[in-house]
Amino acid sequence: MNNLFGYKQRDTWINHTTGTAKLIGFLALSTMGMISYDTRFLLGLVVLAIVLMQMAQIKYREYALMAKLVIIFAIINLVMVAVLAPQYGVQLYGTRHVLFGTGYWTMTQEQIFYEFNLLLKYLFSLPLAIILLFTTNPSEFAAGLNKIGVPYKIAYSFAITLRYIPDVQSDYRTISLAQQARGYEISKKAPLLARSKGAVQIILPLVFASLNRIETISQAMELRRFGREKKRSWYQEQAFATRDIMMILGAAAVVIIGAILFVQNGGRLYNPFK
Amino acid sequence: MTAPIIDFQHVTFKYHAQAEPTLNDISFQIYPGEKVLIAGASGSGKTTLLRLLNGLIPQAYAGDTQGTLTLHGKNILDQTLFELSLQAGTVLQDSDAQFVGLTVAEDIAFALENDHQPVSHIKAEVAKWATRFGLGDRLNLAPQVLSGGQKQRTSMAGVLVDDGKLLLFDEPLASLDPAAGVVAMDMIDKLQSERDLTVVIIEHRIEEVLRANVDRVIVMAGGRIVANGTPTEIIKAGILPENGLDEPLYVQLLRQAHIDVSRLSHVANVNQIDVVEQKTAIESLKKPVKSNTHQIVKLVVKDLDFGYDKNSPLFKKLNTVINQGEILGIVGKNGSGKTTLSHLLTGFLVPDTGDIILDGESVLQQSIKERADNIGYVLQNPNHMITKATVFDEVASGLILRHVSSDDIEKRVREILKLIDLDAMRHWPIAALSFGQKKRLTIAAVLVLKPQILILDEPTAGQDATHTNELLQFLTKINQQEKTTVVIITHDMHLLANFVERALVIVDGQLLADTTPSELLANEALVKLASLRTTSVYQLANRLDITHPEELNAAIVHN
Repeated sequence: MNNLFGYKQRDTWINHTTGTAKLIGFLALSTMGMISYDTRFLLGLVVLAIVLMQMAQIKYREYALMAKLVIIFAIINLVMVAVLAPQYGVQLYGTRHVLFGTGYWTMTQEQIFYEFNLLLKYLFSLPLAIILLFTTNPSEFAAGLNKIGVPYKIAYSFAITLRYIPDVQSDYRTISLAQQARGYEISKKAPLLARSKGAVQIILPLVFASLNRIETISQAMELRRFGREKKRSWYQEQAFATRDIMMILGAAAVVIIGAILFVQNGGRLYNPFK
Repeated sequence: MTAPIIDFQHVTFKYHAQAEPTLNDISFQIYPGEKVLIAGASGSGKTTLLRLLNGLIPQAYAGDTQGTLTLHGKNILDQTLFELSLQAGTVLQDSDAQFVGLTVAEDIAFALENDHQPVSHIKAEVAKWATRFGLGDRLNLAPQVLSGGQKQRTSMAGVLVDDGKLLLFDEPLASLDPAAGVVAMDMIDKLQSERDLTVVIIEHRIEEVLRANVDRVIVMAGGRIVANGTPTEIIKAGILPENGLDEPLYVQLLRQAHIDVSRLSHVANVNQIDVVEQKTAIESLKKPVKSNTHQIVKLVVKDLDFGYDKNSPLFKKLNTVINQGEILGIVGKNGSGKTTLSHLLTGFLVPDTGDIILDGESVLQQSIKERADNIGYVLQNPNHMITKATVFDEVASGLILRHVSSDDIEKRVREILKLIDLDAMRHWPIAALSFGQKKRLTIAAVLVLKPQILILDEPTAGQDATHTNELLQFLTKINQQEKTTVVIITHDMHLLANFVERALVIVDGQLLADTTPSELLANEALVKLASLRTTSVYQLANRLDITHPEELNAAIVHN
């Protein structure tokens, strides 16, 4: 099976939930979490995400690379916010509690608190995204996208991309080795310029080989009537069960809690400084 | 008389991109329940004919059509690709690229999904067809782990779920090894009789397709139909070779014995052909099997261990040699280590332990580039190798990267281009070359580095008899003139039977045999292990109780 997004058959309730329900749940929770700046709500989401992650039985080494990339990105993002808009917290919360520094570089409690909220957003959305990708069969995922309103041609293009990625990778390896034998050096021994020249020599045949493949694929799909009807059914689509309804209701409950907090706070912001 | 399913009357077709018509005044009929082989060399127009039948023309390829062409009595040109697909199912040549599902089950289900059928119905149909094609326990497998034969069976199931009565096969043997080809042909035969299908097979490999008991052969050349008759009539008329097609090997043998094939009965079937009276004539063709005449060792593979995964080694203490100047064939079923061995020789892969010794010196410390100066490697697909725009530049690029002086480059490139008959075309854009010419060009681009050993991966794949013969002549020339040792990884039966001098059989990392092709192709057990098949010459010898059939195999060796 394709391991690009780490989908694997695991015997957990999250795996058995349909792609559609998970997609709806993911979109609802992450949208609400992105809008809200209520720290209590965000903390709640982080706890929920970690609990779900435990239940999904995904091992750390399976998502380590993805997690590291996101964490590096989050750190860069937080540092950049501090550098480019160090007074944004003050502006947002309307008070000013100085910790240290002067002038432009004054660090305030408000700024730290604001960035802590940003960090929480990363901390809950990363596990949720990992759960969605790692517990949903790619075809079922495509079916889910289609069900929530994405046109099926676009949804299918997602599945077909996953189908051919391993083939393109193997083409790439073959071409790369053949070009090295011809004398293009792409290993670390060669200077950067020579290496990039070598890389171009691989890309060219790869593009032509892939274009050929795409032509055959599109013909094979048309010969089996892809695009004939307005709708299509999905072999991997699962019928909705009680647990799917429960998941959607659960997501709705979280959204409602978030909305109630909006009303209570009189806006997106939870402000402990007033 | 029943009405034909397919009826072509004086059909002429010209692609918009071309000046001349590709099909000229084509007329033929195909009746319900027939199995018809449409045979022709590359460029004969057989693929264009198929595209007219399944609607890819005009949907995917634009052109002008004249004449009348009907399917089930209705004008083909008035119907959409989708409407046609419900009447005629097409199994394309490239069994990998046409596999659009992520798993076997989804690929079989694809057409029904597109028809927006209820999922429960789709699941029942998929289960039914998968079982029929022996794929019942492979429903959840990805195409990357399937064999060529399994992928093709999935494609067949995916087309038959439509319950169409007409099946079109575009070169069904192209991506199969000989053993899988035999299975596929038997399957098509069985399917046709069980379900009363009409089957059209486009192929250039006559011998293999005859196994499916085809009723009729239509031979095409230069965009015209040059013959249309039963296999017996076609073989008796002896028109295959002049149209770029190979006759079955046993027929070639009979002709070599000066037997008048046109007077024999059942000539199209090696198990029925009536040649008892000619036994002596056939036996007199026997030639002693040439044992290895190349005695100088060029390369030694010594105690080689290798595995992609440390826990499951592929090669364990592999030992073999390659002799100076020989033409060596490496055979074995797919995934058993043939390509891995060639990648170890070229330095693409590094052995875990053991050594590779060329002319007495270990090559393991050399980089891929350095290794390529001595051991050249030509990939199966020429499009994977070509990086330049013109013929000359393509051949010169390896020399430029090795800082050879420009006078020298000019001289060496021209020399090689003359050898492959492309010198006059040296300023041509590569895009204008045929597949066969591109193939020779990629070989030239490797040869110009003057390797002492040339390794070719499936050099004849996708080429008809004429192109294969041109390639073999060219390889013979460099083998004799340049004294290049040639190593060929192949499961092309004709190449093995006619050209290779020594064969290594590698199965699951084990070197099972080091023998001559004549002996190999007369050894049923070995042939089965290597996913090959015995030659029809061997089958004929068996029927006639001729002892030492390998000596008859040796009689048809090209020389």
